[in-house]
Amino acid sequence: MTATDQSHAPEERAAVPMLDVRDLRVNYRGGGRTVPAVRGVSFTLDRGQTLGVAGESGSGKSTMALSLLRLLPSSAQVTGQVLFEGEDLLTAKWARLRAVRWSAASVVFQGAMSALNPVRTIGEQICEPILLHDKVGQKTARARAAELLDSVGLPSRRLGSYPHEFSGGQRQRIMIAMALACRPDLIIADEPTTALDVMVQAQVLNLLGELVRESGIGVIMISHDLSVLSHMCERLAVMYAGQVAEIGPSKQLITEPRHPYTRALGRAFPTIGDPASRLAPAGLPGDPPTPSELAKLNESRGCAFEPRCPEATDACRTETVELWPSGPGREAACLRVLEGSGA
Amino acid sequence: MSALDTPAGLDVPRHHAFSRFCRAFAKRPAGLAGLGLLVAFGVLALAAPLFIGDDQLNVIKVDGPQLSPPVDGYPLGTDQAGRSVLLLVIWGARESLSIGLIATALTVVLGSTVGLLAGHYQGWIGKILMHVTDWFIALPSLPLAISLSAVLGQGAASITIAIAVTSWTATARLVRAQTLSVEARPFIERAKVLGAGNTQIMIRHVLPNVMPLILVSSTLTVASAILSEATLTFLGLGDPTSVTWGSMLQAAFLGGAVTAGAWWYLMPPGIAILIVVLGFTLVGRAVEHVLNPRMVGR
Amino acid sequence: MKPVLEVRDLMVTYPARRGAAPARAVDGVNLQVGQGEIVALVGESGCGKSTLARALVGLVKPTGGQVLSDGVPLGYSAAALKAYRRHTQLVLQDPGGALNPRQNVFDAVAEGPRLHGLTDRLGERVHTALAKAGLRPPEQFAGRFPHEMSGGQQQRVVIAGALALEPSVIVADEPVASLDASVRGEILKLILELRDSLGLSALVVSHDLGLAWNIADRVAVMYLGRIVETGTVEEVLLRPKHPYTRALLSVLPDSGEPPVLLTGEPPDPTSVPGGCRFHPRCPLRAAEQDSRCDGQDLPVLTGDPSASSLAACHLVQ
Ligand SMILES: Nc1ncnc2c1ncn2[C@@H]1O[C@H](COP(=O)(O)OP(=O)(O)OP(=O)(O)O)[C@@H](O)[C@H]1O
Ligand SMILES: Nc1ncnc2c1ncn2[C@@H]1O[C@H](COP(=O)(O)OP(=O)(O)O)[C@@H](O)[C@H]1O
Ligand code: SF4
Ligand code: SF4
Ligand SMILES: [Mg+2]
Ligand SMILES: [Mg+2]
Repeated sequence: MTATDQSHAPEERAAVPMLDVRDLRVNYRGGGRTVPAVRGVSFTLDRGQTLGVAGESGSGKSTMALSLLRLLPSSAQVTGQVLFEGEDLLTAKWARLRAVRWSAASVVFQGAMSALNPVRTIGEQICEPILLHDKVGQKTARARAAELLDSVGLPSRRLGSYPHEFSGGQRQRIMIAMALACRPDLIIADEPTTALDVMVQAQVLNLLGELVRESGIGVIMISHDLSVLSHMCERLAVMYAGQVAEIGPSKQLITEPRHPYTRALGRAFPTIGDPASRLAPAGLPGDPPTPSELAKLNESRGCAFEPRCPEATDACRTETVELWPSGPGREAACLRVLEGSGA
Repeated sequence: MSALDTPAGLDVPRHHAFSRFCRAFAKRPAGLAGLGLLVAFGVLALAAPLFIGDDQLNVIKVDGPQLSPPVDGYPLGTDQAGRSVLLLVIWGARESLSIGLIATALTVVLGSTVGLLAGHYQGWIGKILMHVTDWFIALPSLPLAISLSAVLGQGAASITIAIAVTSWTATARLVRAQTLSVEARPFIERAKVLGAGNTQIMIRHVLPNVMPLILVSSTLTVASAILSEATLTFLGLGDPTSVTWGSMLQAAFLGGAVTAGAWWYLMPPGIAILIVVLGFTLVGRAVEHVLNPRMVGR
Repeated sequence: MKPVLEVRDLMVTYPARRGAAPARAVDGVNLQVGQGEIVALVGESGCGKSTLARALVGLVKPTGGQVLSDGVPLGYSAAALKAYRRHTQLVLQDPGGALNPRQNVFDAVAEGPRLHGLTDRLGERVHTALAKAGLRPPEQFAGRFPHEMSGGQQQRVVIAGALALEPSVIVADEPVASLDASVRGEILKLILELRDSLGLSALVVSHDLGLAWNIADRVAVMYLGRIVETGTVEEVLLRPKHPYTRALLSVLPDSGEPPVLLTGEPPDPTSVPGGCRFHPRCPLRAAEQDSRCDGQDLPVLTGDPSASSLAACHLVQ
């Protein structure tokens, strides 16, 4: 499934993709202003596929991901379509949505370590969704919970422990176990390893990777670290200012980025041993747009990245920029792509 | 940004912060209403000597009807001596407000100093200060005030001191708690590395960040100080010759205003106390809203 | 190279909490930072990096060993510390928290000079520091408050505040950990530029090995209160000797090697294992079964900067 596939006639496809997001837009209202956090995002995801979403803080990654399951506060206004197994979740009834949240799709939240209830044992917390959803007895649920804990590399004897008795990485793994409790088809993981050490991060990522391979779960994984995502995910979407700047197969996006922002982001995390980055940290002048700058972007024309783009031309300020095909299975929102392809 | 046109002066930004505060305050109708009430009372109290003379207050010189309900010339009626209740209420505001404000000032200075020191010096100094505070909290205010007036004599001074002595502990605990949380923030560490000593840390970094809380709590303290003043005076600990809202209530009570059904004599001082307390509370709540960092910037 | 900042056999032990043993957060460390040198200190969370950094600027008093500045042991009287801080400055991880929310940029940067009585031509000093930290033109930033700036700009203000004292050494604790990917490179560039233009020395604490590759001359790898491997960046990161360093490098996404995941309990400074402190988790020991690993203590690394690399392990070197 690729982004360009969307232009094909529907009858060419055998089946609808598991998740099909079309022109998703989210505005936060409040304090007398509107912040457009997500400004038209489209992508598809199938069972067993992994999509990485990269971008800096404030680029709208979390907002985009949480809006898929309508998990945003009421100040957020969501438009577009989120087709899950062909059904639009944005217009679905609350009861149906809850069923989807319990069983079909689950979320590992950013900063999940504080999302655990401190006064209940983790056994109780893992059992809760199983009891509620699968309608099984306490004993069966307990056994499932033990199994789950085992699968995330924690001894099942620790079911009776409280969250504070675990380290940050362990708590993050418990959150993953909880997300797996009802055997979902889709997991949305928002920065599952940010704030963890390299070693713990590697353990958690390893675990997630194994689960995906074994059970064919679809995963959307969010991070600001491109190298982590390229390692974990087949496909990668790079977001800037609420839009997708570039999307395509991870390896290609890393080795030959077409969008200048992808290039900058890739260089921010150097490869050890690469002489080009030795004593030469790569950054990007300027700052990501603030919420008030985002609001202005929505009204103006031109490329959102233009103020910081090292390759900007006059046209970048005036032309409308959208995602253009930039190779097999990939797209980039940059005027340079048009030049490159001779269009 | 505003920074574009300001030179790197020192007081300019503070001034900006103040005007930002005023603008935010102006958006809170309840706070403005409270402020209006307080300003009105303040102006009346300050201007009172201009239109109230000794001949209207002196029991011997007044010539009005005695304990009369509201009539022409006496919109709120008169007391047993024939004085206008309206003028008495206005005159009473002078001492009631001064006692409230002075007691609050003492409370805030004492409480903040102790709280700041106890929060900053967490060693034995802090421990001793907190023990002293706990000891004062255990002191009952009424017997204390009675024994103080026995020592200092009846009057405004002993009432003010009694109020301050019994209420500074609350401020001290509040300020200490806030000091502890400010001290834990990284900018304190940065200041230490830049070379700041204890005094500089307390004055430059902790105090400005505790100040909003002190401000809010002091508006609420004024309200309770005015109430305490009325209570203590009503119980006969004030100077019997001076006119305050508390002493009016006392006089009305002792002079048989209740049995005589003289509501016009009892109600006005009570309502005045209510309005001023309400005014300070409204202003306090509005200031709290404006200064609460979680609300600012939203 | 003569060290401008040095620690000898440094120990910092935090007193015991209820029921627990004292925490040996820094447990014997030798480290030198030479004139104009950038040294990176890397290690897992909780291994004692921040404690070491705080001890270096005198915020924590060591329970053993010495901190030496230009060869002179640091005194802990208020006056001695103040004099010391004139030329050794600290940059903290979270720039948002490191700035007083009620102080504007000018006051935040002027704070150091004012505390040290450098008040003639204060405005000029502050503006120069702001410009050096890359906040140009300085007038545009002087009146702003922290919440009116991005994280990267806030970190520049913190750095400017340190530069205003014209220090010779900067200790930076995770200076870019809370910054955005595209901004961190700019801050690291700034640290490099300051070294090149002002001859500044720096100790940069991080859990990110890529940062060491980006800016450092030498690197020290810390594990459970000790430095387990130290040497030039090329030697340590490209030809790691110590099993711990090797494991750390192997789990990086593009290491090209099979990741060595360390298992076992996370290290705990309240119960440091005897023998080699890494032995409960060491993959090499598991393979070699050498009796020295859990039976024989290792000497503290000398931290000799002229050696291209040193490792604290019985089986290598
Ligand atoms: N004030 C303290 N009292 C008791 N123990 C402490 C104190 N500060 C730190 N520690 C302990 O000392 C050890 C080292 O802490 P330190 O903050 O130096 O780690 P670090 O390497 O900087 O970790 P991170 O990467 O998470 O910042 C930890 O186990 C920590 O729990
Ligand atoms: N609850 C909210 N109310 C208003 N604005 C918000 C809220 N949450 C996020 N935003 C704004 O939306 C934008 C995108 O935020 P977010 O999705 O959290 O980004 P990311 O996850 O990429 O860091 C930012 O400008 C942020 O300030
Ligand atoms: S369209 Fe222009 S400004 Fe935007 S990324 Fe491409 S080159 Fe840069
Ligand atoms: S001494 Fe033994 S346990 Fe320690 S690092 Fe070397 S091989 Fe591993
Ligand atoms: Mg986020
Ligand atoms: Mg630290």
